[in-house]
Amino acid sequence: MSAFRVPILKVGDVLIVSIQSDIDDRTVIEMQHRVLEQIERTGARSLLIDISLLEMVDSFTGRMLSDIAAMASIMDSETVVVGIQPAVAITLVELGLELKGVSTALDVDDGLRILKERMREKQRRHQYGTRENLAAG
Amino acid sequence: MAPGKISPPVERLRIETSDDLVGLRRSVRDAAIATGFGATDQVRLVTAASELARNIVLYAGSGFADISPVSRQERRGLRVRFEDQGQGIGDLDLAMKDGYTSGCGLGKGLPGARRLVDEFEISSEVGRGTVVTITKWL
Amino acid sequence: MPSDTPTPANTPNPRTIKILTERENEILEAWIENRVASSDFRETLISGEELRSDSQTFMRAFITALANSNTEEMRGKEFNAIRRLLLEISEARAAQAFSPSETAFYVFSLKESLLPFLRDEYKNDPELLIDELNKISKALDKLGSFIFVATIKNRERVIRQQQQDMLELSTPVVQIWDRIICLPLIGTLDSRRTQLMMERLLERIVKTRAEIAILDITGVPTVDTQVANYLIKTVTAVRLLGSTCIITGVGPAIAQTIVHLGIDLSGIITRNQLSDGIRLAFELTRQRVIPINSFVDGETATEKGDSDERVQSAHP
Repeated sequence: MSAFRVPILKVGDVLIVSIQSDIDDRTVIEMQHRVLEQIERTGARSLLIDISLLEMVDSFTGRMLSDIAAMASIMDSETVVVGIQPAVAITLVELGLELKGVSTALDVDDGLRILKERMREKQRRHQYGTRENLAAG
Repeated sequence: MAPGKISPPVERLRIETSDDLVGLRRSVRDAAIATGFGATDQVRLVTAASELARNIVLYAGSGFADISPVSRQERRGLRVRFEDQGQGIGDLDLAMKDGYTSGCGLGKGLPGARRLVDEFEISSEVGRGTVVTITKWL
Repeated sequence: MPSDTPTPANTPNPRTIKILTERENEILEAWIENRVASSDFRETLISGEELRSDSQTFMRAFITALANSNTEEMRGKEFNAIRRLLLEISEARAAQAFSPSETAFYVFSLKESLLPFLRDEYKNDPELLIDELNKISKALDKLGSFIFVATIKNRERVIRQQQQDMLELSTPVVQIWDRIICLPLIGTLDSRRTQLMMERLLERIVKTRAEIAILDITGVPTVDTQVANYLIKTVTAVRLLGSTCIITGVGPAIAQTIVHLGIDLSGIITRNQLSDGIRLAFELTRQRVIPINSFVDGETATEKGDSDERVQSAHP
């Protein structure tokens, strides 16, 4: 029996990871590896992790989300986590996990919008930086 | 141990690998729903159980969890008892403090789990093992 | 008369059980008659049918329990069944406006009705009679007082439900605009209320896809460390969902308290006036409110007079 792998789709310039059920730690770690590989392979600059179907996020999962965002950022990719359920949000706060450094959005639509804005902002800054360099000569 | 009627454990689950955690979470969730807990409390119970069970996998190697419905006077609740024969926790006070990390850079998640439940009892002996019991009331 | 084998102190004598069982109907009639004849009986509230039916059911259950269980401890499924029955009866009677006392006395009055029958059976055994009367009396006393306990529990349940309803009524989430909702908090924030408030707010955020949730605390009388923590907790949870929380209604008193208590509100957006919070909400959602006659021929007019003139000249 082959191990279950979390589906990772590429839609335009965005990698979309959809965690649709409670998964074991090993699958989580495997997913993390594969996401980073995909970022490298496809050059995707945006990562959207959809956990709207996840009914529990404990410290391990929370740390995993933070780690992925940090690692992706090092590889110059922006990450948004979407769909944290109300009960999960309350529990995370009570656990003391704020997922600092992880951007969140209500749903995939908002998540994609935010990623697009961030990309635009990045390009603007990049262009500005380049113009500055050129002007400086 | 707190007074009150305790029914025989509905389930005893072996905790050894991270795969076992998935089964434990499902069982705790089912038991929580059966007891009558609302959505948020269900998530609290499952999350706390996941934290404590993972501790067993990470630090003790193996152990088990007993899920039992409990009642006290007219109140109903759910109790999960985690037991292992692992290395034990030397300084319980320290382990229960927020921000404590053991050698591998991971906190044991005990204070967090405690905040999610109504009653939290822990006893541990170095070299003998640890028992953690959590209870939540409707 | 042959002497009977001694029975345990807490179980009625088999003779008693036999008498109660054999003469059940007579006892029932006597009980009903006594009840109806008593000074405190209110016949307008309950029909004869109902009284008879309830009394019969109760007596039968009582006799069964006496025969099969320990009257000292009154445990076991028979006595549990009686208690359940009494709960039903007392709830029905309460709905019919009987007071718990009346229902309890209804149970106590069975003692009186049983007396002649027991006296008859034990007329040659006064000691035995006293014993048996004692046992039955004790059992009925406990059952009668159970009614009071049940009534109190029922009332407590009603109060809890009303408190719940009040909590719900006091946390109305209002949709101000597309993707902007507002929750005016009124009254003290305790742990239970905060819990409910957070759950409702978060659910509404998801349901309405609100980008901004404005929490107005004008109506919250005191903000101490505890309340501040509740607010911080709420703001954090809202952020995790992917929305932004703005706290409005933060007046001078609260501002002073927060600083004096050393509470760190960094990262939390606060405004004094609700209207400022709304204005900010519009900005954050990339919207702006402008007067209707601002745009004429693509230009923005600064005064109403200007725009009127322009309109006139456009239509000669």
